[in-house]
Amino acid sequence: MNSALSWIKAYVPDLTCSDQEYCDAMTLTGTKVENYARLDKNLEKIVVGQIEKIERHPDADKLIVCQVNVGNEVIQIVTGAPNVKEGDKVPVVLDGGKVAGGHDGSPMPEDGIEIRAGKLRGIESKGMMCSIEELGSDRNMYPEAPEYGIYIFPEDAPVGGDVPELLGMRDTVFEYEITSNRVDCYSILGIAREAAATFRKPFYAPVVEVKENKDSISDYISVEVKDPDLCSRYCARVCTNIRIEPSPEWMQKRLRASGIRPINNLVDITNYVMEEYGQPMHAFDLDTIAGHKIIVRRAKDGDQFQTLDEQVRIMDQDILMICDAEKEIGIAGIMGGENSKITDDVKTVLFEAATFNGPNIRKSAKRLGLRTDASGKFEKGLDPHNAEAAINRACQLIQELGCGEVVSGMVDVCQPMKEEARILFEPDRINDLLGTGVSRQEMLEIFRMLEIQYEETANELVIPTWRQDLECCADIAEEVARFFGYDKIPTTLPTGEATTGRLSYKLRIEQKARDIAEYCGFSQGMVYSFESPKVFDKLLLPTNSPLRKTIVIANPLGEDFSIMRTISLNGMLTSLATNYNRRNKDVRLYELGNIYLPHQFPLTELPDERMQFTLGMYGSGDFYTMKGVVEEFFDAVGLTGTSSASAFGKKKKVVYNPQSGKPFLHPGRQADIEYEGRVIGYLGEVHPLVCKNYDIGTRVYVAVLDMPCIVEQATFDRKYEGIAKYPAVSRDISMVVPKEILAGQIEAMLEQRGGKILESCQLFDIYEGEQIKEGYKSVAYSITFRAKDRTLEESDVSAVMKKILNGLEGMGIELRQ
Amino acid sequence: MGMKEKLEQIKEEALKQIQSSDALDRLNEIRVNYLGKKGELTAVLKSMKDVAAEERPRVGQMVNDARAEIEAVLEEAKSRMEKAALDARLKSETIDVTLPAKKNNVGHRHPNTIALEEIERIFIGMGYEVVEGPEVETDYYNFEALNIPADHPAKDEQDTFYINGDFLLRTQTSGTQVHEMEKGKLPIRMIAPGRVFRSDEVDATHSPSFHQVEGLVIDKHITFADLKGTLAEFARELFGEETKVKFRPHHFNFTEPSAEMDVSCFKCGGKGCRFCKGSGWIEILGCGMVHPNVLRMSGIDPQEYSGFAFGVGLERIALLKYEIDDMRLLYENDIRFLRQF
Repeated sequence: MNSALSWIKAYVPDLTCSDQEYCDAMTLTGTKVENYARLDKNLEKIVVGQIEKIERHPDADKLIVCQVNVGNEVIQIVTGAPNVKEGDKVPVVLDGGKVAGGHDGSPMPEDGIEIRAGKLRGIESKGMMCSIEELGSDRNMYPEAPEYGIYIFPEDAPVGGDVPELLGMRDTVFEYEITSNRVDCYSILGIAREAAATFRKPFYAPVVEVKENKDSISDYISVEVKDPDLCSRYCARVCTNIRIEPSPEWMQKRLRASGIRPINNLVDITNYVMEEYGQPMHAFDLDTIAGHKIIVRRAKDGDQFQTLDEQVRIMDQDILMICDAEKEIGIAGIMGGENSKITDDVKTVLFEAATFNGPNIRKSAKRLGLRTDASGKFEKGLDPHNAEAAINRACQLIQELGCGEVVSGMVDVCQPMKEEARILFEPDRINDLLGTGVSRQEMLEIFRMLEIQYEETANELVIPTWRQDLECCADIAEEVARFFGYDKIPTTLPTGEATTGRLSYKLRIEQKARDIAEYCGFSQGMVYSFESPKVFDKLLLPTNSPLRKTIVIANPLGEDFSIMRTISLNGMLTSLATNYNRRNKDVRLYELGNIYLPHQFPLTELPDERMQFTLGMYGSGDFYTMKGVVEEFFDAVGLTGTSSASAFGKKKKVVYNPQSGKPFLHPGRQADIEYEGRVIGYLGEVHPLVCKNYDIGTRVYVAVLDMPCIVEQATFDRKYEGIAKYPAVSRDISMVVPKEILAGQIEAMLEQRGGKILESCQLFDIYEGEQIKEGYKSVAYSITFRAKDRTLEESDVSAVMKKILNGLEGMGIELRQ
Repeated sequence: MGMKEKLEQIKEEALKQIQSSDALDRLNEIRVNYLGKKGELTAVLKSMKDVAAEERPRVGQMVNDARAEIEAVLEEAKSRMEKAALDARLKSETIDVTLPAKKNNVGHRHPNTIALEEIERIFIGMGYEVVEGPEVETDYYNFEALNIPADHPAKDEQDTFYINGDFLLRTQTSGTQVHEMEKGKLPIRMIAPGRVFRSDEVDATHSPSFHQVEGLVIDKHITFADLKGTLAEFARELFGEETKVKFRPHHFNFTEPSAEMDVSCFKCGGKGCRFCKGSGWIEILGCGMVHPNVLRMSGIDPQEYSGFAFGVGLERIALLKYEIDDMRLLYENDIRFLRQF
């Protein structure tokens, strides 16, 4: 919403403040000023000059030398402009003055352009005549300006007069951000009311008196509203003997400042009233209306209708139409029809000011892809009282501007209007909510300024109809707060019962995950939750994979963002690919984000949102590096027994199961991570074909941990177990092991047969190749025994070692000599 | 030659040899040669049997004195040499301390998370619990329970991603307020960080997925003044002790009265610069007193309880605080970007 300060001042004449003061004060009472600009910015020393004489420049074909009377003197100006003649009155910048921009309309320099006296091809020039572009505007706003050349004033312009003043540029345009609840402030009158209350100055609403002729409206038009649910009020008035001509300069100035191009008196009046009252109006040529009858009804599915922008549009039964006795003539609240549009030959005009159903207009405009100034206002839901006020204002202007005659009477088809809202006045409650001590008297004064009436007997506030946003005590408290001043409300801290500040347990585990990942060199990435359905093919997932059952967004930004992810790998691989593509070396990333697993289709309950801790890396490091990160994390969150070097004897243990069957991972380098028999994640090297799908030309390792499973098992409890008092005994065994036997299987046997005195076993060598027979590998463990309560005897150890050696034999493992 | 002279001679010879020795090995040799089992002084002691009995104590004393003297000098020479050797070693081991460090290459947190942890730290300190809510949400929690009824234009303004008529991707973390209130445990002091979604095309200042931090306090006698005080404290903690705050009236369906909070520009201190577009102020968050309709729908009596709520855009804070000029960087995960935080 844009408007000139001068227009606001028309209703608040006592307003005296600088632009900045106005901006600050209005913003602090809730009418936020986004920015403001003076229309005469960088226009200095520019007066009306009259060209007395034009001569050719002796040395330049395209230049002329003019003698220009600027009021107190006649100065010589050299110009190349093609459109001036002797006697013309033109804007002249005097020596040392400034203009806003260049004549070509290119972006205007911040500080304008200074004009100095000088010589052009040897001839003295003491100023410059300017175009509308140099004055900082354009032909859109000043249609009378020539396409190329100097702006020419009408003959009655005073020589020596102030040009910015004459062009209505001694003004400031404010741009406001109006909140959606304040429909009334999408109008000059609404903002003026706020300004009056902000500065505590009186507000003068326009006095509307319509001088009518002797004709009666019933002879011209009748109105029938067939769908009153979509049109709660329809006001119609008729004006005759219409004379189309330019509107007066004062009206043009105000429209221009609001960013509206002046066209002719009739169009300008409807636009002016729309700005002033916030009520869109429509003007029909009455002679095009069949049967002199307006019917307001829903369209039929598939109806075609040509709007006045000459587009043919397809209607449906939820779109409200304005029709005459035979045909549709306009889409209600959105745009009129080509068949009833006003031409310069119009004789009789039918004005419509109606109140349409806001949500319906919003949906219709959206379906039609046709949002107009009018629909933008209607969709907010207008006050039906305003329709009558606005249509009368328009008729008054028709008559006052000599645009035509107003036919007596108004056709008004109106549903019963809501009664004015009444709210109990509870000053103590208001102060309790605000934490203030505003007096009852001060509150009443604020209400008076806002035209909220107080009825003492009922102790009720009567809310004006244009304030549809005021419904309860809290709303009234906001009015008090706004005009008492948000800045004057004290600042305190809540008292009352103390509460414990903390992270939820889940968030603590996630924080630990971040810490560990970062200690291990992984940086945190963030990726979108939605992705393309094509990712499943990229990840080589079979067509029947349950991961392909995704939640689909009905209105996505595009296919690439259309499904809620059910696996976190795509985001990680895409991020790694970005880095690989940019030749970043040794990249390690982690991500914490949800996957979304639906319980059923169609969705009837919220999906399972599972936080995934995803790690990915390429460059230095291998499978075991990644496994190390996973185990560091498990250690940190109390998932014990993660590595063979740490204590046995605790029951819980992480198991890596190579039978994980992940198609996107290297078949020989992947494992499910199981804890207490439950899969809590997986890790592995990414399958080379998947790497290829992501254009990554190197080995990539990933790990994905399902955080809900981990949160269930995690603990931050730790118990000191003492430091061993008795010496340990170590035995190294070197074995030749069939290739298919896993270290994990050997360790499980060691654990089982080692009994109580087995403390740990540590793999210290693994080797395949020369000297080892085909199909076998050499594996060496250092086994440590210790008792908690005594020094072990040789016999204790050898007894256990015997069991272990038997176990090895049972597995087909030979000791190496 | 008498015993005394002989001892003198041995001693002189030993001291001379010690004096002229240049290595610890040599000193050891000297020790063995003179004081060892087969050393010269030991030999003198062994020859004591030839000395007259009454002379023996005196000669013995002389031998011991000579031994002590040699030992002392040896010891002194040894420590001198050890020191010299250590000095030489230290000198030879001098390194170029300006050579590159061997870093452990720890990873880096995402700027969003750094900003979030700052915010969490501040509110945890004020007794707030950090909770979460679902990202796929029902229409009820995202809109209706927040006083945004079915046909309200605010639903359009927020450009919601829908799954179907009932389910959507939450457009705001405000639904978490309702979830918390419905638990029925009062008072409430909570913040709820989380991911939200709006159908904005990706560009330098928009992303279809971003984060908010919701805040909610419900108790008896909570006032707008409490809201101002709490958020002013928050702003000072987050942006520095000098930070000033400004509350402007605004509109949100689920709060009344509502406000937006600006903070004095932390770049120019409020004088006006390019960063704050010359105004001296930067818009940070939306807030307000919880609307009585919202309280009522969540089963809380607005006559007895009141509260305030606020919502901060996490990316906005991160972009401002770390002067990141393009939002897309936050979701690209280029390691060269992440390493800067």
